[in-house]
Order: sequence, then structure tokens, then C-alpha cells
Amino acid sequence: MTPLKAAAPAPSPAPAPAAHRHRRAARIRARLKHVVLIAFGLVMVYPLLWMIASSIKPDALIFRDPSLLPTKTDFSHYADGWNALSHPFGLYLLNSAIVVLGALLGNLVSCSMAAYAFARLKFRGRAFFFGMMMLTLMVPVYVLIIPQYVMFSKIEWVNTFLPLIVPKFLATDAFFIFLMVQFFRGLPTELDEAAKIDGAGYWRIYFRILLPISLPALATTAIFTFIWTWNDFLSQLIYLTKPELQTAPVALRNYVDATSGASWGSLFAMSVITLIPVFIVFLVGQRYLVKGIATTGMK
Amino acid sequence: MTVLRRPPLSRAARKEERTAWVFLLPWFVGMAGVTLGPMIASLYFSMTDYNLLSSPQWVGFENYAKMLDDPRLRQSLSVTFLYVVLSVPLLLAVALALAMVLNRGIKGLAFYRSVYYLPSLLGASVAVGILWRQVFGTEGLVNKFLGLFGVQGPGWISNPDTALYSLVVLHVWTFGSSMVIFLAGLRQIPEQYYEAAALDGAGRRHQFRHVTLPLLTPIIFFNLVLQVISSFQSFTQAFVVSGGTGGPSDSTLFYSLYLYDEGFGRLHMGYASAMAWLLVVIVGFLTAINFYFSKRWVFYGDGK
Repeated sequence: MTPLKAAAPAPSPAPAPAAHRHRRAARIRARLKHVVLIAFGLVMVYPLLWMIASSIKPDALIFRDPSLLPTKTDFSHYADGWNALSHPFGLYLLNSAIVVLGALLGNLVSCSMAAYAFARLKFRGRAFFFGMMMLTLMVPVYVLIIPQYVMFSKIEWVNTFLPLIVPKFLATDAFFIFLMVQFFRGLPTELDEAAKIDGAGYWRIYFRILLPISLPALATTAIFTFIWTWNDFLSQLIYLTKPELQTAPVALRNYVDATSGASWGSLFAMSVITLIPVFIVFLVGQRYLVKGIATTGMK
Repeated sequence: MTVLRRPPLSRAARKEERTAWVFLLPWFVGMAGVTLGPMIASLYFSMTDYNLLSSPQWVGFENYAKMLDDPRLRQSLSVTFLYVVLSVPLLLAVALALAMVLNRGIKGLAFYRSVYYLPSLLGASVAVGILWRQVFGTEGLVNKFLGLFGVQGPGWISNPDTALYSLVVLHVWTFGSSMVIFLAGLRQIPEQYYEAAALDGAGRRHQFRHVTLPLLTPIIFFNLVLQVISSFQSFTQAFVVSGGTGGPSDSTLFYSLYLYDEGFGRLHMGYASAMAWLLVVIVGFLTAINFYFSKRWVFYGDGK
């Protein structure tokens, strides 16, 4: 009744232990893989953890003791760093928050509007304009930044937040238009048709139907805009030169100059503070971040 | 018979078109005012002598001619090329290797993916640039680690021979985003291909060589093009690590850093604009080369 067994090569050199050995080898291999992966991951995050640990160690211990668990803790770096520049660090964080929220709102509104037209509406020249929009993805930022600076300084917008926020309301981040066009195209057009039959206009379709079901695409846009703008350095560096307008990254950079490495502890403390918002957004938005990057290749 | 009740098509179409223009209005204004207009202005500035304070003086191709014998420009180009040539292949290799390991039904995928991905989100920040100055400093983590083996490491960042490598390592450290793209690509490969290959007696190495790699070439190519374009324009980390100077001895003078220095440091807006256009040509050329050679190794399936 066991033909399979009969077909097996031979009963001779005990097949059971061989299979057993095989399975055990596979298990060891799997475990070894995890050990390597964890070790590698530890190397990856070690510098970050070390920075956090160093921010609560007394200065004298930072370089003598590279371990992650401080033997002595000293939280004064946070207070020192907070008040080390001409304004309390909270002001720089607030400036960053203003720029980020402005950019976020701008991108959500303007990019989704453009994407709706490109993905759902018929008009002459649609292919041409879409191609033009895609081409702007490849223009190096350095070609734009000098003439933009000239323009914004002519209309006296330097040392205001406007150069960092207003362009975002003009759908200049083509990445996000593209992302949303892809998303809208994936939605059945019957949705629009049905709404039209019910008497809805285009604005209503856009606002009441497309936007609510496009939450994943909007979330991706919001999260990437947040992280990119928060980390952005070059444009904030050139447009915000007055101390009271500076954003957190620019202030942090100036802090390096100001202290020339005198107190690494407080420098690290402020660095940790500027990384916290990105880290929180990363934790909250992980699902969308991974999906967004997998489909569009954005970083 | 519903056809009769429809409004005339042309009127509806005209209304749709009008609506489209309204929805596109912000984009049109941005395109004209913040993108195309400035691009034309940049082309004009590149043929002028312009310091922002007095009006631009037309000089024709003088700025471009000046680039030919500008030793710092040559230095910045070789620094940037070296950086791209070293870091991009290394980054992609690490990203692909880890994507391969993580793809095989491993437990805790989400956890590993997060750990490896996080640095690519933080890597562009000033805070990490500051951290890197310490990690590769004379008494930094890297040298502490080498000290365990009795090796006395140099001050990586203060030494012109090694400063650039610390930035290469920083870039490779941010491989996570490429890894996520690879993971998505690997998931697209149908399981049957592997089963068929296994039936034909192909081992793991053969499967990688003849199934995974060919099917993944479009993704590798996509990542390559993207990485070359973006690494060629790196700025923040070189600026922070070198204290804004591109030092020591111009060893980390990235092209973007030199452009920033000419434009916003010395107010040579004309020369900096010309440099920006050279960058367009270089990036365009590299992308074109990439596309040209892609015909030899990128496999799109089905006879293409």
C-alpha cells in the first residue's frame, strides 16, 4: 500500500537521519542568516544610537567610552544646546514647522489638482503638457536656484518664508503630480461617470469622490514632502539669513561653526532633536513610505 | 435611445476643457514663473557677468571658455566623478544583496526593512552630516573600532587622501531606498520560473544567474539612472562635513559645492549659471550613455 516508499532508492543507509540532518542544516542556515542580518543592522544603526547616547553623557566620556549605555548621565546638553545660539532652539524648530506645513499644504492642493486634470479630463495638448511636466523631473535644481534667487531677491522675498512655500502652491514638485496621476489612473472611470449622471460637476467629483479614495496617494505625498522639506538645507540656507528666521538644519549648521566642536554633547543633543520629527513621521507613515518608494523610486 | 437626451458633445467637451485649464492653472503659473522662466534666465545669465548688485553685462561665451582652464572646476569634477563611480555601484550591490536575502520568505521582514531603510531618510540631514564628522574623526567610532585590532586609524576627515571616502561610506549607508525598490521588483518575478528552473536541476546560483538577474535588469537600470542623477548633485553632506569649504585641500569640493561657492559665496552669478548648464549637459550625457549601454544588458522580456 506504500508504492512511493517502494520506489525509493534503497532501504540501506538509513534515510531518516539524512533527512533529519538536512532539516537541521536548513534551520542552522536560517538562524545564521538572522544573526548576520541583525549584526549588519546593528552596524547600520550604531552611529545613530551612539549619537543619542552621547547626547546624555558628560562631555569627557563621549570619546573615551563608545558604549551605548552611559555609565554617567548628564542631561544638561539639552538645556545648553537649546540656548546656545542667539535664539532658543524652539524658534528654529517653529520656523521649520512653518515651512514644512506650508509646503505640505501647497503640494497636496496644487499637485492633486494638476493630477486630476492630467489623469481624468480631456483637453487639447494634454500629452504635450504631460510630457513637459515629466521633463521637469530631470532638470537639476542648480539651473533653477540661481535665477529663482535673483527673482525672489528682486521682489524682496529673501528673508521671508515665501520663496520656500509659494512655489509649492504652484505644483512645482512634479514627482507628486506623477504619483497622483498614476494613482488616479488606477481608479475605475465608472466612478466619475456615475457621479456625472447624478449631476455632479467636475469640482464635486474631484473633491467628493477622487480625493477621499486617494488617501494613500495623498498620505505618501504628505509624508515625503514633510521629510524632504524638514531635511532640506540648500534653499533654506540661501533664503533665510536672518537669525530669527532660520530653520533647524541651518541653525544646527551655524552651531557647528559657532562652537567649532567645543561641546559635542550639546551639538548631538540638538541633532537628535532635529531628527525626532523625521523619525516620528517614519514610524507613523512606514506603510506609505515603502509603498511610495517601491512604485515611484522616490527617496 | 438615451443618445437623444445627451447634451451636444462639443459643448460638454468645451466645458471639460475649460475645467481642465482651471485645474491646471497653478501648474501653468509655476511652470512659467518658477521653472521655464528661470531656466531661460539662467541661460541668459550664463552669458553675462552678473554680481546681483549691478545689472548683467553681456560677455557671450566667456564664462564657458573660462571653465576650460579653471583648476578648481576640474578638481570639483574629478571629486564628483570619483564619488559617483565609487559609491553608486557599491550602494546598488549592497542594496541588491540584502533585497535578495530578505526576499526569501524570511521572518521579521518588516523589521529588517525598517532598520535598513531608516538611514536613507535621515542620511540627507544636517544632523547626520554632523554625526559623520565625529564617526570618522580622529577619535571617532571608526577609529575606536580599528583600535580593537590594534590599528591606529587616521583622522579620516582632516586628511585629504581619505576625506572623500567617509562621504562615500555615508552614501552607501543610505542604500535602503534602493533596496526597497529591488524588493518590489523581486516580488514581481513569478514563483513558477523558479520552480521550472529547479525542475531543470538549477541550483540557487544558477537560478540567480539565469532567472533573477535577467528579470531584474530593468529595475537595476532604473536604480542606476536614478542614483547617478541624484549622486551627481549631492550637496548637503559635503557642505556639512567639510565645514562649507570642500576641504581639506579641495578634496571634497563637490561640483554643487563649488557652484554654490561661486554663485552665493562670491556672487559670480554668471559663472555659476554657466556651471549649472554644464551640469545639465553632463547629467544628460551620463543618462544617455546609461540608456545606450542598457540595450546590451537590460532585459525587458518577450523578444525585446
